[in-house]
Amino acid sequence: MNEHFVAAPNWTWFILLYFFLAGLSGGSFVIGTLLRLFGTAADWAASRLAFLISFPLLILCPILLTLDLGKPLDFWHMLVNTGPDGGVSFKPWSPMSLGAWGLLLFGIFSFVMFVVALAEGNYVRWRAIEPAGRLLSHIAGMIFMVIGSVFGIFIAAYTGVLLAVSNQPVWSDTWSLGALFLASGLSGAAATVMLFTHRHREAVVTHSKLIEADRYFIILELVLIVLFLVGLGGLVSTVLGGGWIVLWIVVLIGTLIPLAMEWRPQLLGIRTASGPRGTTGAAAWSVERVSLIAPILVLLGVFALRAVIIFSAQA
Amino acid sequence: MAEPVGFFTDTTLCIGCKACEVACKEWNQLPNNPLEFRNSYDNTGQLDHANWRHVRFVETTTSNPDKPVAWSMMSDVCKHCANASCLEVCPTNAIIRTEYDTVFIQQDVCNGCRDCISACPYGVIGFNSNTGTAQKCTFCYDRLQNNLKPACATACPTQSIKFGPLAELRQTAAQRLSTLQAQGVSNASIYGDKEYGGLHAFFLITEKPEAYKLPATQSAVLPSRNNLPGYVGAVVTAIVAGIAGLIAFRRRGDAPPEAPPA
Repeated sequence: MNEHFVAAPNWTWFILLYFFLAGLSGGSFVIGTLLRLFGTAADWAASRLAFLISFPLLILCPILLTLDLGKPLDFWHMLVNTGPDGGVSFKPWSPMSLGAWGLLLFGIFSFVMFVVALAEGNYVRWRAIEPAGRLLSHIAGMIFMVIGSVFGIFIAAYTGVLLAVSNQPVWSDTWSLGALFLASGLSGAAATVMLFTHRHREAVVTHSKLIEADRYFIILELVLIVLFLVGLGGLVSTVLGGGWIVLWIVVLIGTLIPLAMEWRPQLLGIRTASGPRGTTGAAAWSVERVSLIAPILVLLGVFALRAVIIFSAQA
Repeated sequence: MAEPVGFFTDTTLCIGCKACEVACKEWNQLPNNPLEFRNSYDNTGQLDHANWRHVRFVETTTSNPDKPVAWSMMSDVCKHCANASCLEVCPTNAIIRTEYDTVFIQQDVCNGCRDCISACPYGVIGFNSNTGTAQKCTFCYDRLQNNLKPACATACPTQSIKFGPLAELRQTAAQRLSTLQAQGVSNASIYGDKEYGGLHAFFLITEKPEAYKLPATQSAVLPSRNNLPGYVGAVVTAIVAGIAGLIAFRRRGDAPPEAPPA
């Protein structure tokens, strides 16, 4: 374990919100793609919702990043070298530089899929975008989604690598933050899509599949949390000590309780893969409980996880 | 390319007068520090955007009742590392290496992202909320360009801070170390020969590096060491998550593929 005499960069709320939204946006895109690739045509409505969620969340990311800068009007210096050498600013070994370009490129994919989802779902009826709605029927559309998902995975994960590529205590003492932020971003994204499919007539059939996926993502996240804490060795008291334990309790509530609620969905009223349609009475209320409470808890946990990692290392 | 320059700071000669701090602040027009009491003669605290020299007072208690506290003073400064962590991560290329092989933050290019602050292992760089930029010692770049010694080295009354061509300073330091060891100062050592490819501001110290808040050689590592393991961990997680998605979203024969809605 390295000794640290580094100063804190004072990355606080804007960065926390950015990390949270980047995970949800990238994760939503990936879930939209996975549903297209592996699901049935009945899952396309939920897939469309995932793409419709991804882009609006992504829009907020550069705004938050810009507000966090000391000179917000110079945000474009991330991409253009205004020094004597000129040219573009691109340093692949610097996650912040890579992330700036990644955000730009993922923005293109996310925007295109947003428009495609609008057209395919007939949410808007603009003649100009009607052909876009047929894009996904072609192999080119699939390839486009897969490439976009690679960027989505990057956006969800690189924020953790960015923290690790420093000399800050905790952040730089683990390899696991990129992996952990990705798993938690996917879990949060599944939860976000679930919040929308919950009341969406066409997408509700995918709800049980999203619950199952979220369950796997939460298990993955829990494994990575254990690896993260164990890997810190003596520094674990930095993230667990003092008042930070409160945020860890929120993390546990946001993982273990949804996991328990989703583990046996049949007991809570979801009996078939076709979803809760037709359930009534107490069973329907149980579906309601899983559909609403579990995703909200998951999102709280995702937020708290990033908060405790960002703030505790800088305290 | 001009000759690489450096600072050799001999802590055995430092008397803690802080003339270097004052000269640095005057030449670079850095603001005063807020008045506050500290439990030490060290009333500067740390290097930051307004303190580019910091005379660190390393205070240790002794068993001698006539001299209960022993001091070792060190005038700390940006190390201008050959392999600089700040320069490595800076996304805007605001941090550059000058013709003197020193590390310099271009204030008009920096946009205040503070990635360099998270990377500098010596806690050198500070954020100036007035300018919105990261700031640190410039090695008196303007003075170097006019054939003047940096202000701190010029003001130092005991020659604790020596400025000159880096190769010459390394020889001077080696000779001084030999002299001290011959005089029985067995705990004297040079910090900055090996760390980060060799520091342009290096020190002769008589305590362990950690006492001066200098990471030991094995802890002096670059941020980029975590790039590969970080991304590999994320890729493995992505593969596992993809398999999880396949299992969760797979076609189960309960709904044959249909055409998308018109």
